Amino acid sequence: MTLDNAKKGQLVKITNIPDEVTRIKAIRFGISEGEVVTCLEVVPAGPVVVSKNKQEIAIGRSLASYIWVEPC
Amino acid sequence: MDNSGIKAGNPAAGKKIVLAGNPNVGKSALFNILTGLYVDVSNYPGTTLDMTCGRYNGDVIIEAPGVYGLSSMNDEEKITRDIILAADVVVNVVNSLHLDRDLFFTLQIIDMGIPIVVALNMTDEAMQVGLEININLLEKLLGVPVVPIAAVSGAGIEELKDKIYSARTGHVNLALMEKMKMLLSKMNRREALLVIEGDAKLSECYGVQPGTEREAIYRARRENVNRIVAQVVREINKDASIAARLGNWMLLPVTGFPLLALTLWAVYELVGVFLAQFVVDLTGGFMSGYYEPAVRSLLSGVISPEGVIYSILAGQYGLLTLTVTYLIGLLFPLVLGIFFVLSILEDSGYMPRIATLLDRTLTGIGLNGQAVIPLLLGFGCVTMACITTRILGSDRERRIAIFLLALGVPCSAQMAIITAVLAGSGVSYMLLYMLFMLFMIVGAGTLLGRFLPGRPFPLLIELPPLRLPGAKNVWKKTWGRSYQFIKEAFPIFAGGTLLLGILDVYGVLHQLRYLLAPVTVSWLHLPEEVADIFIMGFIRKEFGAAAVLNLQMLPLQKFVVMLTLSLTVPCIASTMVIFKERGWREGLLIWAAVFATAFIAGGLATRLLEIWLV
Repeated sequence: MTLDNAKKGQLVKITNIPDEVTRIKAIRFGISEGEVVTCLEVVPAGPVVVSKNKQEIAIGRSLASYIWVEPC
Repeated sequence: MDNSGIKAGNPAAGKKIVLAGNPNVGKSALFNILTGLYVDVSNYPGTTLDMTCGRYNGDVIIEAPGVYGLSSMNDEEKITRDIILAADVVVNVVNSLHLDRDLFFTLQIIDMGIPIVVALNMTDEAMQVGLEININLLEKLLGVPVVPIAAVSGAGIEELKDKIYSARTGHVNLALMEKMKMLLSKMNRREALLVIEGDAKLSECYGVQPGTEREAIYRARRENVNRIVAQVVREINKDASIAARLGNWMLLPVTGFPLLALTLWAVYELVGVFLAQFVVDLTGGFMSGYYEPAVRSLLSGVISPEGVIYSILAGQYGLLTLTVTYLIGLLFPLVLGIFFVLSILEDSGYMPRIATLLDRTLTGIGLNGQAVIPLLLGFGCVTMACITTRILGSDRERRIAIFLLALGVPCSAQMAIITAVLAGSGVSYMLLYMLFMLFMIVGAGTLLGRFLPGRPFPLLIELPPLRLPGAKNVWKKTWGRSYQFIKEAFPIFAGGTLLLGILDVYGVLHQLRYLLAPVTVSWLHLPEEVADIFIMGFIRKEFGAAAVLNLQMLPLQKFVVMLTLSLTVPCIASTMVIFKERGWREGLLIWAAVFATAFIAGGLATRLLEIWLV
């Protein structure tokens, strides 16, 4: 499934980020393919907020729909 | 407004000590402590856009723009890359709360083989949220000195100062050295690393092929970081604090919009009611009741009240009367209030949360949530906000944001006078004004979003922890920016009044009024003296707006003047920045389009309201 379908509080493992620029940016934020993140908040029709350790990142809805994850 | 303190070209003597790190980790605060110079400190990414230089013990300290890593992803990275390539020592400022994010950049600098000291900032906050960091182990794993500090309170600074000169190069990454081996005969190690990470520009300079393994190298580095963090960081408690819960409420529409509305209401009460009505009554009353008569009586003792010089100095547009009264009595309290509010929004970490909350809304006008930052800053100073549009992801977004800033966002000075003028006409005009401005922004944004080629760049933004802003920092920033603002405004104001005074004395103003009558009288249904306001507004908008207070007009006419003035390009300074950021051709186009839109909208609003009121 894609990240925009994740539920609040769900732990997901990022499996694929197809866009290269996003992938590079995300790695620096500490989120890379294979990483497990918590879906902290899903703003209705808006961004998805994920967290890893104490780091929180808001990802726009359109971008989240390109990020493949699997629940774990 | 300039955020960058002192800029120096090529410092000749001494070592180059570079302060580098991710955005929003406290580099500026540390820079202030080490050099004694003042730089803006904010709780959102992107405050430092240019490099900032200062002196330290005969060496040079350079503050690099905050980046998450080095390559040529955006302007900040390019600037930082060049600064770091030339560094003798890097003081890497790291946020203790975000070690897993920040150490990525640290390892990249270590891989470049540059002597480095890690300044582990915000250790006090890390302790509060229950993070324990094993500093000795971190030092051992990285192979470089690590000093825990708290830049805002000043803890650990002395130790850091001692360690700057014992910076080391850290552990060598053997796998990377192997990859770089071939290149080291042509260039130094720091350049070689960027080349194998695919830096196109450097590769071209040396006539070699850029590396293709950037992702593999990044991933290995990421794994390395994760391993280090797992070993050195221990979490003592995991309870969601009140701040974390409040932070969540700010994001969700159900709670976020009421919180935002509450915030805006509080802002209105502070700036629009307390400052604009109560405080300005006092200060303005003092200026016109005591200051101006005093100046006039003093002056009339020296020169004849009938002469030209007297009327230029103390007449209707008097340099010593009107200018000073407007700046000190009217503008200063309000500008102070608006910068106070902005400082709190920035330092608390609320700003990026507003960006997340409004992301969906802003997608509708061709932007993403991040554009909230320049748009909100525009209410402080449009000139500064135009520069901040550089944090936006694409050229298309920068274009839209600058257009909207030029058209629909009134700066603090204008807001000040708009509130002062419209407060006299009642709350309904204030509401109507906000409604119209909102309509213009949404309308222009929607059109631009639809017809400019491309799509909104998706949001990817970091949410810093919510924190209570430090009173000292907020005050310093509020005062610093307000002072800067007034200092910049003063000569322009004075020049403007002087010009108008001279034009008035020689009757040129009357001619101009006559020339502009088709626009002012026929199209906008305003008295012809209003031409003065538009001419003054051409120099600096709030300056024109301030003159409205002197004219006898109906509430509707005041409203139309305010609306039209708000919609035109703010001031000469912002016009120059727009030209600088967008180039001459596009700048001219934006400028002309904004002016045309402003006057057309003003005329249409007049007709609409006349029909409605009759």
